[in-house]
Amino acid sequence: MGKAWTFGENMNTDEIIPGRFNITIDPLELAKNVFCEVKPDYAARVKPDDVVVGGQNFGCGSSREHAPVAIKGSQAKCVIAASYARIFFRNAINIGLPILECPAAAADITEGDEVEVDLATGKIHNLTNGHVYQARPLPAFVMKIAEAGGIVNFLKNHDVQELMA
Amino acid sequence: MGTLVEEIFSRKAGREVHAGEILLVDVDTIMSHDNTTPLAIKAFREIGKPIFDKNKIVIHFDHAYPAPNLLAAEAQKKGLDFMKEQGITQFFHQGVCHQVMIEEGFITPGAIVIGADSHSNTYGALGAFGAGFGSTEIGVAWVTGKCWFSVPQTIRIELSGVTQPGVFAKDVMIFIAGKLGMDGGTYRSIEFGGDYIDRLPIHERIVLSNMSTEIGAKCGLIAADEVTLDYLKVETRAQGSYEQIHPVHPQYEKIIAIDVSTIEPQVACHPDVDNAKALREVEGLAVDEVYIGTCTNARYEDLEIVAGILQGKTVHPHTRVIVTPASAKIYKKALQSGLIEILMDAGCTVTGTGCGACIGRHGGVLAPGERALTTMNRNFIGRMGSPLSEIYLASPASAAAAALTGKITDPRPYLA
Repeated sequence: MGKAWTFGENMNTDEIIPGRFNITIDPLELAKNVFCEVKPDYAARVKPDDVVVGGQNFGCGSSREHAPVAIKGSQAKCVIAASYARIFFRNAINIGLPILECPAAAADITEGDEVEVDLATGKIHNLTNGHVYQARPLPAFVMKIAEAGGIVNFLKNHDVQELMA
Repeated sequence: MGTLVEEIFSRKAGREVHAGEILLVDVDTIMSHDNTTPLAIKAFREIGKPIFDKNKIVIHFDHAYPAPNLLAAEAQKKGLDFMKEQGITQFFHQGVCHQVMIEEGFITPGAIVIGADSHSNTYGALGAFGAGFGSTEIGVAWVTGKCWFSVPQTIRIELSGVTQPGVFAKDVMIFIAGKLGMDGGTYRSIEFGGDYIDRLPIHERIVLSNMSTEIGAKCGLIAADEVTLDYLKVETRAQGSYEQIHPVHPQYEKIIAIDVSTIEPQVACHPDVDNAKALREVEGLAVDEVYIGTCTNARYEDLEIVAGILQGKTVHPHTRVIVTPASAKIYKKALQSGLIEILMDAGCTVTGTGCGACIGRHGGVLAPGERALTTMNRNFIGRMGSPLSEIYLASPASAAAAALTGKITDPRPYLA
């Protein structure tokens, strides 16, 4: 169980982690400034099991992988959003940041709600208002990457052709 | 049979493919830069397998080059050490990656080029599939030579008519972004066509493909034609013969028709690219910095427009005017033709090539409370420095007019 941190529509990568901080690739260093433009208290107060909740087109803008790395580094359990920008979606899967696409949860969860997420089933339970939401399942071959903990881990043990098998 | 993106992927797959299919295909070129290469190296090391084909790998230093601080210097040294260790020789550091990719001939019709930079969509202007990816996927492609793609649905943007004087591809694209919104093209291939495109020179087509990223598009394609092939021959190192791939009985998800003759000069207002307005609605807004640069609008023709407006005049005393040519090739041509002298005499600061002020780390960082009018493609909060600064996007002509007056100004009276 964790607390929800909510963000608006079109959260762009500059708002997730501004370019001026991308001179490091250390997740914990990046996490110190994650969301600093839009929610300056997030970095200091986020706890493991907390969840990041966004609207439509979460992670739009730059291809910078620093954005999902910074969120992962902040120890948040996952991101729940109504939809994701293309590159952010791939990046998050590739680096092993759990992401859930669930417009109902994104619309209903408010800042500070107590939320429990079952990553295996995609079930999201809002303990504050009692609502339960079901996230969209990931495509099967994307699940292979997610289950391996990211594309790098997948390739350590598999040939790339096995993605399509 | 299919849309342009389906036709390109069908050739790679060796069979007819359609939107919605997921493919694992060989990529032609894998691009990354100083900002994104370090994480690609990290992924590469963790995978622990050798490079598939180093001739597919191209690395640029452009985002913060030469290094403006110690951390950037250390990151770049690691990149250089990696290139030496792996024998990677396709390394460039004299311009914005996307411009140099075109000049060096890596971008050809039908090629599939993946880049660790969101504006890799730029390559669509020459009929290539270009799309942005994260660093880890670049590291993966170094090892496998491949990338997976979901063949996207296509939105066709049919552009007809002739633009009014003082209206450029930048104005057209800001108008399109305002119409479609920042997620209007998410996961889609945007295919630009119509008689406006047929007449449009490549440096202007590039602006449309480049900024297709700002509406969330996977790629922004323009079918190669004679204009494309002439440009490749004259302006780039791509000297082969290339097929003009066209859509064949395409099934579009949507067709959006726009008569460009109705568009007046546009500005994308702080803090979103789709916050598009007619320039006259914000005319008179004071600007502290005018920045002419980036992969969007710092080509020779852009500098020519700016110099044409600034020739024999002086920029406003309270406005910093910074010009960052997109590449050394462009810079040299502008030096030889006298454009650089005109810009300097007018009071512009002409910097070395690269991404410059666009990423907020060097070359024109904004202080709290400052406002910039720039030829960039993106105006997110804090992008050029302080989160309390503001960024407005416009054409090079509009940027030059603002440079003279110190405020957002209709460029049309200044164009001869």
